[in-house]
Amino acid sequence: MFSFVARRIAVAIPTLLVLLVISFLLMQTAPGGPFTSEKPLPAQVLANIEAKYGLNDPMWKQFTNYITGIVTAFDFGPSYRYKDRTVNDIIAQGFPVTLTYGTISFIVAVFVGGLLGIAAAIKHNSWLDYIAVGITIGAQVLPNFVMAPILLLIFTLWLGWLPGGGWNGGQWNYLIMPVIALSTSYMASIARLTRSSMLEVLRSNFIRTARAKGLPNRVIIWRHALKPSILPVVSYLGPAFVGMVTGSFIIDSIFSTGGIGFFYVNAAFNRDYAVMMGLTILLGTMTIAFNMVVDILYAWIDPKIRL
Amino acid sequence: MTLLQVRDLTVNFDTADGTVTAVDNISFDLGRGETLGVVGESGSGKSQLVFGITGLLAANGRVTGSARLEGQEILNLPDHKMNRIRMEKIAMIFQDPMTSLNPYLRVSDQMAEVLQHHRGLSKRAAITESVRMLDAVRIPEAKARVTMYPHEFSGGMRQRVMIAMSLLCQPDILIADEPTTALDVTVQAQIMRLLADLQADFGMAIILITHDLGVVAGSCVDTLVMYGGQVMEKGTTEGLFARPTHPYTMGLLKAVPRLDRETAQLETIPGNPPNMMDMPAGCPFVPRCEFADERCWNERPELKRAEGFKTRTRACHRSLEELA
Repeated sequence: MFSFVARRIAVAIPTLLVLLVISFLLMQTAPGGPFTSEKPLPAQVLANIEAKYGLNDPMWKQFTNYITGIVTAFDFGPSYRYKDRTVNDIIAQGFPVTLTYGTISFIVAVFVGGLLGIAAAIKHNSWLDYIAVGITIGAQVLPNFVMAPILLLIFTLWLGWLPGGGWNGGQWNYLIMPVIALSTSYMASIARLTRSSMLEVLRSNFIRTARAKGLPNRVIIWRHALKPSILPVVSYLGPAFVGMVTGSFIIDSIFSTGGIGFFYVNAAFNRDYAVMMGLTILLGTMTIAFNMVVDILYAWIDPKIRL
Repeated sequence: MTLLQVRDLTVNFDTADGTVTAVDNISFDLGRGETLGVVGESGSGKSQLVFGITGLLAANGRVTGSARLEGQEILNLPDHKMNRIRMEKIAMIFQDPMTSLNPYLRVSDQMAEVLQHHRGLSKRAAITESVRMLDAVRIPEAKARVTMYPHEFSGGMRQRVMIAMSLLCQPDILIADEPTTALDVTVQAQIMRLLADLQADFGMAIILITHDLGVVAGSCVDTLVMYGGQVMEKGTTEGLFARPTHPYTMGLLKAVPRLDRETAQLETIPGNPPNMMDMPAGCPFVPRCEFADERCWNERPELKRAEGFKTRTRACHRSLEELA
């Protein structure tokens, strides 16, 4: 177990490095720069600004400077767009927001989706199953950029129950709509995965054995069928969790929550190189970390897997 | 009183293409401590017969008729009542010990839960009892191995675990559904000997389902030969082997490879097992029977006492002389 984690971390460092190089190169090759605008700056001014941020250095020098900054001072650079803020400031401000509504959305998606999937599988081909399948298909085809405005329309404009946007320190009534909008499609995927894998497990020989043992249904489901059924779901949960806690541009934009999802997409539009790189590193690190968590969970669930 | 009395047991499956009759009007008796062999090729309905009795049919399966355990009707009992019969009165072991044990749970957990649930034992006491049973099925170092997972056992050992688990509540009937099919020949013999020894010790009756005539010959008092969901012939195992009275039984016995005779090729029964969706109006075996005539195609033969036999019954229109 310890050596597995150590090995994984050893592999993670070169993986991150490759990720860094590729995103750095892609950004640099894209036309334009952080200070390009519709009304061009005078050449002299532009040169001065670029010199200030080191953007006129050769590319390898920019890259090594960047890496050195991270390794020696944990400094991910300045934002070229928000003059008085560093990348660290932006992450420190935005990440707690997405982490909060992302984690809550994740928990909601896992519990609602999981229970819906299990219920549908147990009552296979009953009205409950059809309703569950109907809900999941509906939830999966309804994109959150459609869902969010509909929620706003109903709960803010018509009913006036919930605030239409903002964060307010993560107060519960500001959280409800972002969580619903973000978790719905994940919930649907989890429900469908759980349902199909549970159906398959319920047809397996060892479930027949459990029934032949005269065990009550509740024991058969929770003790014998649940573990094997959630295996395929678990491998989905790792990337899903990362996707949720790193936020969503759409959620952040529509509900003005101020999370990093908003900054990430805008950084790409604005060629805000350092912000983009910083968030890419955050996303990459979390993806690697949670894939490792998934592998550990796998080994914990399936005794045939040894780390 | 007979221990298990089965009358006109029929199993139907509702499928998208219509109703399939997997088991058709089967009756038999099983006394205490007896062994009944059920023989037939794949798809003859022998497994569905016992699944019907124990209520383990797939969701689209329906069973009708009657099965009385010590006089009490057990067919189509609600689950909470049937669960008191499963394991306590009727236990089962299955064909594939690789997949019949839960790969995600320790053997100790899988065995102990039986005693915890049916006997109300504490987990600790249940595990002690399970170890004792694993000793009885001759698993070496049972105490150390009881906490292992199924994949840490070999195929033969897993089947021993299944057998030990099935005997925990000392059932009156053990249903063994092809218990040796997935095992090596040498292991097969060990398992069959073990079952015979355990039967002597525990006194349970056994229903042994198999397609292997050798297994039946070695261990069963009575044998029931099934084809296409119906009983073709029924009688004492010894008598059946000495003088088969049904063309299908004859074919089966001829197809057993023999070492004491020179043969260039193995005997087979020509043709294929019947398509259960499209059964002949008459005898199910008729397309493959060398003695078939007009009547065999159109009229279903009844299961009747064979002429000149005391206990043998057969379902065939042709007289014994005609088959000779």
